[in-house]
Amino acid sequence: MTGTRPRKGRKSGVGGGRAGGGARGGSNGLAKCPSGISGLDQITSGGLPRGRPTLLCGGAGCGKTLMAMQFLVRGALEYDEPGVFVAFEETAGDLAANVASLGVDLADLERRKRIAIDHVRVQRHEIEETGEYDLEGLFVRLAWAVESVGAKRIVLDTIETLFSGLPSTGILRAELIRLFGWIKEQGLTAVITAEQGGGKTLTRHGIEEYVSDCVIQLDHRVDEQVSTRRLRVIKYRGSIHGTNEYPFLIDDKGISVLPVTSVGLEHKVSNQRVSTGVAAMDEMFGGKGYYRGSTVVVAGTPGTGKSSLASYFADATCRRGEQCLYFAFEESPAQIIRNMASVGLDLDAHVRKGLLHLHAARPTIHGLETHLVVAHQLTERIAPSVVVLDPVSNLLNAGEHRQVHTMLLRLLDYFKGKGVTTLMTTLTNQNQTEHTDVSISSLIDTWIVLKDIQSSSERNRGMYILKSRGMNHSNQVREYRLTDHGFELLEPYTGVGGAVTGSARVVQEARELAEESARRGESRRRQAQMAAERGAVEAQIAALQARLHAQQEEVVSAAAHEEARQQQVAMGQQSVSRSRQAEPEGSGRGGSRRRKGVRK
Amino acid sequence: MTAKGKARDKASAPKEKEEFWHLRLYVAGQTPKCATAFANLQRMCEEHLAGRYSIEVIDLLKNPQLAKGDQIVAIPTLVRHLPPPLKKIIGDLSNTERVIVGLDLRPRSQDAL
Repeated sequence: MTGTRPRKGRKSGVGGGRAGGGARGGSNGLAKCPSGISGLDQITSGGLPRGRPTLLCGGAGCGKTLMAMQFLVRGALEYDEPGVFVAFEETAGDLAANVASLGVDLADLERRKRIAIDHVRVQRHEIEETGEYDLEGLFVRLAWAVESVGAKRIVLDTIETLFSGLPSTGILRAELIRLFGWIKEQGLTAVITAEQGGGKTLTRHGIEEYVSDCVIQLDHRVDEQVSTRRLRVIKYRGSIHGTNEYPFLIDDKGISVLPVTSVGLEHKVSNQRVSTGVAAMDEMFGGKGYYRGSTVVVAGTPGTGKSSLASYFADATCRRGEQCLYFAFEESPAQIIRNMASVGLDLDAHVRKGLLHLHAARPTIHGLETHLVVAHQLTERIAPSVVVLDPVSNLLNAGEHRQVHTMLLRLLDYFKGKGVTTLMTTLTNQNQTEHTDVSISSLIDTWIVLKDIQSSSERNRGMYILKSRGMNHSNQVREYRLTDHGFELLEPYTGVGGAVTGSARVVQEARELAEESARRGESRRRQAQMAAERGAVEAQIAALQARLHAQQEEVVSAAAHEEARQQQVAMGQQSVSRSRQAEPEGSGRGGSRRRKGVRK
Repeated sequence: MTAKGKARDKASAPKEKEEFWHLRLYVAGQTPKCATAFANLQRMCEEHLAGRYSIEVIDLLKNPQLAKGDQIVAIPTLVRHLPPPLKKIIGDLSNTERVIVGLDLRPRSQDAL
């Protein structure tokens, strides 16, 4: 933050006090003065223009005085820039009482010389104009107040009172020009409040002619019986600024503006996982559960147990000793506790231990912005690690589609930025379980669908994970039941006939079991049969082989016999021939046998 | 107020004469307007309040903190402290009629309205 340099603007004279021209840091960019109003600094990329006047205009009750006061108080407390509040309408006492409701102790700030308050009373009936005059008295007072605290910021609220108080407009306008010139010269960052003008002019007395560096308009309107406050930066010379209308809130901490532009996409991410509360469900998520800091949606038709699942998650969170914030838009806390007790969850114990915070509010009770702010506040105060919104689809009643979407966007982004794991339940139609009325699917990391499966006079419930970014998850539709013992997830049905649930599943399973055992029996029988056949065949083979063997032996023995017989025949023939040979040698000798063999 | 009322009833100048007028003129330095105002004021006081008035000139440039007390915005401003009620007149007092009405100065010869 640069310190304030007394700017050498042009001094008085007609038309010379315009806030334009003069010493503007062209190449360095405009120096800005952080307002300390959450959200406003983001819309204006840094705050109000330093050393220049900003015009704050709006109707009655819009919050101009409050905003101006907050600017001053924050400056004094957070940025070490003391300030002067010049009140033309309220007395110092009234002012102090009014801002005390914001927790601001004005008296204390005055004592510590952080803020000086000057109530300038200009009453028409008290004043008689009798000649020429100027407003040097005002200048003197301002200068003195500025000096007394070393102010860097100043608020004039509301300068239009001078118009109704002083009779001569001509003098007044000239003096105003001089005043703004003086303020610029002093290097004060000024906030001027003014009433909303009727037709063509922004303010009733056309102050925007003198104060045109930065103009912010506040608006308070009632839309369908719900009131919302809006802020718009109409003009900001020399700087980029958000040009839309931004809703803001006034609560016991002051003004908070909630700009959509603060929805960046830079969050720290965690690799930690948290249990879903149901062990079997954790299995579906790769065994570990959701990512910490992610956004989970449980979508389902009525009666599918979305709130129960949400409560399981809350229960698991509290069991880990972490804080859980549960926003209920439909049921009262007592009702939730009673209903969850019926499935075996003791939420009351967590509430008593201060771990579970149930916050119930009908969506129509405030405008969307108020819901947003309440969520912010509670989150800041409690610092939960898990937030449950049950159900989110109810918020549609509180605003129109696009607004709800924007609000949810902001809320989810806020939670993500804080590393809070968010679980939202949403009601869907029978036909569109994969959409929601609010079209938030792009914001969601994990999407669980609970659906009714209707089959032959029975309704069963199945769940599946539509998507879960960044992790391996099951793609099975698993049947589940809510019993007295809690949330029971049945094993995925791995039968042949497609997914069946409920009693049909039981029947089918029995049938398959029977089939299975019949098949097994059959196969055993066939095996036995084949074994028997094989035995028979083997026996045949053995018999044939034996025969073959016998035949072979027979052949061999026959051959041997034949040979023996031939040998005998040969021997017989030899003896015969021997006996016959004896006769031819002895010619007449006859009959004597010689036993000499014939040698050949 | 009651004193004045009685004075009106009696229509006698001497009662008014008893009141002492304390007037404060706020100026900021020695500007022509302030000088004119002072001159005009003295003249009128001499004319209407001879001997029973006092004029206090407060220079805000020297004593800025005094502006708050009397709620001074314009310069020059004349404040009538006594007799009550408080009356404020802004301007250099050139418009004598207005000054008289504003300060509720009544010429001795006229009756009060």
